[in-house]
Amino acid sequence: MKILVCISHVPDTTSKINFTDGDTKFDTNGVQFVINPNDEFGLTRAMWFKEKQSASVDVVNVGGAETEPTLRKALAIGADKAIRVNAEATDGFFVAKQLAAVVKDGGYDLVIAGRESIDYNGGMVPGMLAELTGANFVNTCIGLEIDGTAAKAVREIDGGKETSSTSLPLVIAGQKGLVEESDLRIPNMRGIMMARKKPLTVIDAVDTSKETTAMKFEKPAPKGAVKLVDAGNIVELVNLLHNEAKVI
Amino acid sequence: MSVLVYTESDQGKFKKAAFEVASYAKEVANQLGTSVTAVAINADDTNELGKYGVDKVLNVSTDTLKDFNAKAYASTLRQAAASEDAKVVIVSSSADSKSLAPILAVNLNAGYAPNVVAAPESTSPFTVKRTAFTNKAFNMTEISSDVKIVGVSNNSFGLVENSGAAASEAFAPNLDDSLFGVKIDSVDKVTGKVTIADADVVVSAGRGLKGPENWGMVEELADVLGAATACSKPVSDLGWRPHGEHVGQTGKPVASNLYIAIGISGAIQHLAGINASKVKVVINTDPEAPFFKAADYGVVGDAFEVVPQLIEKLKEFKANNA
Ligand SMILES: Cc1cc2nc3c(=O)[nH]c(=O)nc-3n(C[C@H](O)[C@H](O)[C@H](O)COP(=O)(O)OP(=O)(O)OC[C@H]3O[C@@H](n4cnc5c(N)ncnc54)[C@H](O)[C@@H]3O)c2cc1C
Ligand SMILES: Nc1ncnc2c1ncn2[C@@H]1O[C@H](COP(=O)(O)O)[C@@H](O)[C@H]1O
Repeated sequence: MKILVCISHVPDTTSKINFTDGDTKFDTNGVQFVINPNDEFGLTRAMWFKEKQSASVDVVNVGGAETEPTLRKALAIGADKAIRVNAEATDGFFVAKQLAAVVKDGGYDLVIAGRESIDYNGGMVPGMLAELTGANFVNTCIGLEIDGTAAKAVREIDGGKETSSTSLPLVIAGQKGLVEESDLRIPNMRGIMMARKKPLTVIDAVDTSKETTAMKFEKPAPKGAVKLVDAGNIVELVNLLHNEAKVI
Repeated sequence: MSVLVYTESDQGKFKKAAFEVASYAKEVANQLGTSVTAVAINADDTNELGKYGVDKVLNVSTDTLKDFNAKAYASTLRQAAASEDAKVVIVSSSADSKSLAPILAVNLNAGYAPNVVAAPESTSPFTVKRTAFTNKAFNMTEISSDVKIVGVSNNSFGLVENSGAAASEAFAPNLDDSLFGVKIDSVDKVTGKVTIADADVVVSAGRGLKGPENWGMVEELADVLGAATACSKPVSDLGWRPHGEHVGQTGKPVASNLYIAIGISGAIQHLAGINASKVKVVINTDPEAPFFKAADYGVVGDAFEVVPQLIEKLKEFKANNA
């Protein structure tokens, strides 16, 4: 089984978000970038398929040279090979088209992406990729087993979960639950050394059309001070929620 | 040309989000000077949609679509869009809509903007405001393709009533077997309980509650408020509560009218995911807990004393206002 894990390179979850160039660009100053958390769960599940079912695992990112340390980290965790499509990833559809070309070229059976990137929160690349490559698709995936070309997947739905049977080729959009938090791996010294020798191929973008453009950014208006209610006077809280906030 | 909206139903009943996206579609149609066509799949009664501005309903009624299937549902919407010559398609932010929208975008060669929080700023160019960086910012997104898909964030636009009647028309999509590559074996869903996605009120608790055995009062509070229950990430990691209740940047997003956080410190990753909620209440023993900076109302106190009192006072309030 050939697995491709899509990795988006995103600001660490604790990052302060600021913008430059007249609020048109994300300010990367002092920001640490990481593997998108949803993709980290996917990569970890891919490692299981590698170890238990002898799958090969490649990772891919659509982005500039600045994303290479993130791909190297994925190699250090255990991926075999990395591919970077050299283009700025500003539109989800554009990214999906690049990834579709990589999938077709590499003949991957299973593509593991994440539910959403925590930067632009598009939640669109995996579904688009599935449709562009004609693969089956399971979104918000919290469980995946593969047996030959047959797959069993669990999807998180509003208020519960849904179990389905499907087959390869398959694209899933994973999240926590696909593996547990405690299964996540931190690259060790040996992994980091080995990652340096693993191939990281850079390829050009195939299509440059764009359907959407991120224009200006804006930060939420600053919040007013919290109104404190005395712990001995909870009826006051009920009154405020009813009369002032009008939410009950 | 009309604005197409997918009005989602569950067990034949429209979800609240269906009325919100219908209201949104009406606003877009007004801006464009056109009408609203809704697509309803296996809904019992489509009359209600008229109240929210829908002019026409394409009523799809077939056993083939009994279970949700992203590709088959997307194909249904693609065919509806073609038959209505729709240039704008509106969907919600439900789990199902988020699964089908990207597929529909490919089918229609359309740009898709998810998590949109307001009516279009302009329709030419077509520009919408959406959340980005998990609610830490907003982004104005321009969709430049011929057909545009807008995913509306829950509880962001609200319900807007319009007096009107929706004409209903049967619509039978052509659904090829190849669309059904994913077959549902079983659905495991708590029935009779509001989900985090649909809830007006969410009651959430964190590690401050000490252990799973103490969730009784959280559930009771949720019950009194008709609320969904949620939790912080460590609580689900520890197995105190199911993963589906985990909210925050790496969990489910919350955009309720009221969010009550009990024994949750207010870490940046937690706040990011719940910040879209309109009114936030925090109950925490530590006056320095970061959540107090993000909340509208706060009680510095022990959850084990405050929550039972809150339940009691809410019950009294409900009895007096019934
Ligand atoms: C990559 C990454 C992603 C993450 N994503 C998320 C996410 O999506 N969602 C999320 O929630 N977290 C997330 N986190 C974790 C986050 O950083 C915090 O660790 C977590 O939110 C803390 O949970 P908590 O507030 O329940 O626990 P704690 O931080 O332990 O806080 C418990 C709080 O309870 C209070 N307390 C104690 N006793 C009482 C009492 N008797 N009555 C009232 N209050 C009491 C304490 O004062 C304290 O403020 C993420 C972390 C990382 C690194
Ligand atoms: N630039 C990118 N390069 C590689 N994979 C990506 C990229 N952007 C998004 N993805 C994948 O698609 C998933 C969903 O991303 P998004 O649609 O941007 O929210 C991510 O979790 C990744 O797995």
